[in-house]
Amino acid sequence: MTLYTAARHRAAETRPHVTTTVRVRPPKGNAGRRNRPVNVAAGIAASFWLVIVAVPLYYIALTSLRTSDSYLTDGALVPPGNLTLDNYRQVLDLGFDTFIVNSTIVTVITMVLVLAMALPAAYAIVFGGTRAVRATFNTFLLGLAIPAQAVIIPIYLLITRLHLYDSLTAIILPTAAFSLPMAIVVLTSTLRDIPRDLFDAMTVDGAGTVELFRRLVLPLSRPGLVSVGIFSGLNAWNGFIFPLVLTQSEARRVIPLGLWNFQSRFGTDVPGLLAAVVLSTVPVLALYLFGRRQLLRSLSAGYRR
Amino acid sequence: MTLQTPVFGGARRERPGFVWAAPAAIFFTIFGIVPIVVVLYLSFTKWNGLGAPEWTGITNWRALADDGDALHSIRITGQLTILCWLIQTPLSLLLGVWAAGPQRNRAVLSTLFFLPLLLSTAAIALTWLSLLDPNFGLAASLGSYVGVPDGNFLGSDDRALYAVAAVISWQFVPFHTLLYQAAARQIPVSMYEVAEMDGARTMRQFISITLPQLRNTIIASSVLVVVGSLTYFESILLLTNGGPGTATRVLPLHMYVKGFVGFDMGYASVLAVLLVAVGTTLSVLIVRSTGYHRMNSDREGMSG
Repeated sequence: MTLYTAARHRAAETRPHVTTTVRVRPPKGNAGRRNRPVNVAAGIAASFWLVIVAVPLYYIALTSLRTSDSYLTDGALVPPGNLTLDNYRQVLDLGFDTFIVNSTIVTVITMVLVLAMALPAAYAIVFGGTRAVRATFNTFLLGLAIPAQAVIIPIYLLITRLHLYDSLTAIILPTAAFSLPMAIVVLTSTLRDIPRDLFDAMTVDGAGTVELFRRLVLPLSRPGLVSVGIFSGLNAWNGFIFPLVLTQSEARRVIPLGLWNFQSRFGTDVPGLLAAVVLSTVPVLALYLFGRRQLLRSLSAGYRR
Repeated sequence: MTLQTPVFGGARRERPGFVWAAPAAIFFTIFGIVPIVVVLYLSFTKWNGLGAPEWTGITNWRALADDGDALHSIRITGQLTILCWLIQTPLSLLLGVWAAGPQRNRAVLSTLFFLPLLLSTAAIALTWLSLLDPNFGLAASLGSYVGVPDGNFLGSDDRALYAVAAVISWQFVPFHTLLYQAAARQIPVSMYEVAEMDGARTMRQFISITLPQLRNTIIASSVLVVVGSLTYFESILLLTNGGPGTATRVLPLHMYVKGFVGFDMGYASVLAVLLVAVGTTLSVLIVRSTGYHRMNSDREGMSG
């Protein structure tokens, strides 16, 4: 997703004091919530959405367990007599395991790169404040508005000139770069919550910039780091356009491209395709089940106040 | 970067300098900023993607005027944007308000509601491609209930764009719902309590409290829908490849086809420049016309 513009405008506004004082959350439990009205129209929308989401998900899960014959003859939503795991085995045999490995490499390295570059930058932006640093921050805010699609041609030129075409590095570099603006916006707002007094007290005690970074910034920025890690990781795991344009061979294929390739080669093998879809979602789904709140917070972190 | 000690024990402040931001800044400049300059340059060249770009002046820009498909794709992009906004905004607003509400089953259902967020664009597009298959998919059996007895959505000139807008909305409604949910939760309960005492009904409360309080979020979410719809290209590539004919060929897809299928990178760069220009202009226009940039807080009215 490269829909970043609004975040730029929100982040450009001054954040902390006004909003924190009026941010009145209802206390947990029913007592505080009772007075919030139940909106009928919203309830109807919710029921509608429930069906719209549940049916395709049920369809994915069910069809991935069907035999091809059952898919061709039975109705799309009718549970078949016998379920099978053959589709999963077959998809892995067709090289999907390679794609999973590639996607994992791309995701992990992208996350590490983004975190390693964004946190020091946010540190300089929040606690430094020289003119060059401020200019950097503004550049990144501007960067939120640049859609990856619009610059894919020059990036292709750059990658071929660097002789990186058809390598995992070719995917990692631009993917990390396009996660940076949001990462820096999120981490900057995390670091702004660190009490200034704490920073000042440590400087008075003679702590240098490196020590401050290690002893103050690193431990206190953990929530932001988790958010950014999840956000950039999901971007890398699900990214499509950079792998599409910058890689070619099967050995370098990542999961989203693998899905597309599977579909165009075995168009009628929908159960196989959907088994691949399920496989591609397993890690994210696991993350979702264990830390739903954290994951959802991460996805919208840059857009909220 | 040197580790300096305070001079004479005084409070000599040492602050992190540009060095700390340099890696991120340089990296982003190379992959984010320089390409914008380069794409402008490339739009004045002839380049097939392999050799060296060759300066041809404004030839590509002249060709734009004769490219009927480009104008068509701009119109399609506009239509898709409007469709996406019309579907996503009311739906995600209501869902967000609901998800912020007091219902007992809310937590369980919300877990389900946000699941499309986890799937990749490719996974979503290909799943819907099979669901909308007129022979075996759900469309085959349910099509007749919505007035499409042959179940052909993606292959029909009239319906393809609507189908594409619906799939894109399926993917992005959860994200916008998250924004609305977060914003709706921050509306102070006291406002509703006062309205309750004044005898305002639920609908009235929604219109005079919830909607105005969500104003900024509505604007922010709308900007994201509009700017985002300029870049929906992956879903369309997988769902219809721009077809049938050119019925769903949006601007970014037109650019991709010209550049990476027809290897006319120079002309594709013209379209890319157009994309950057339209995207930036639109978001600035929306933000200015709504006065969003002047506002500081959703709850300005509270103190007064």
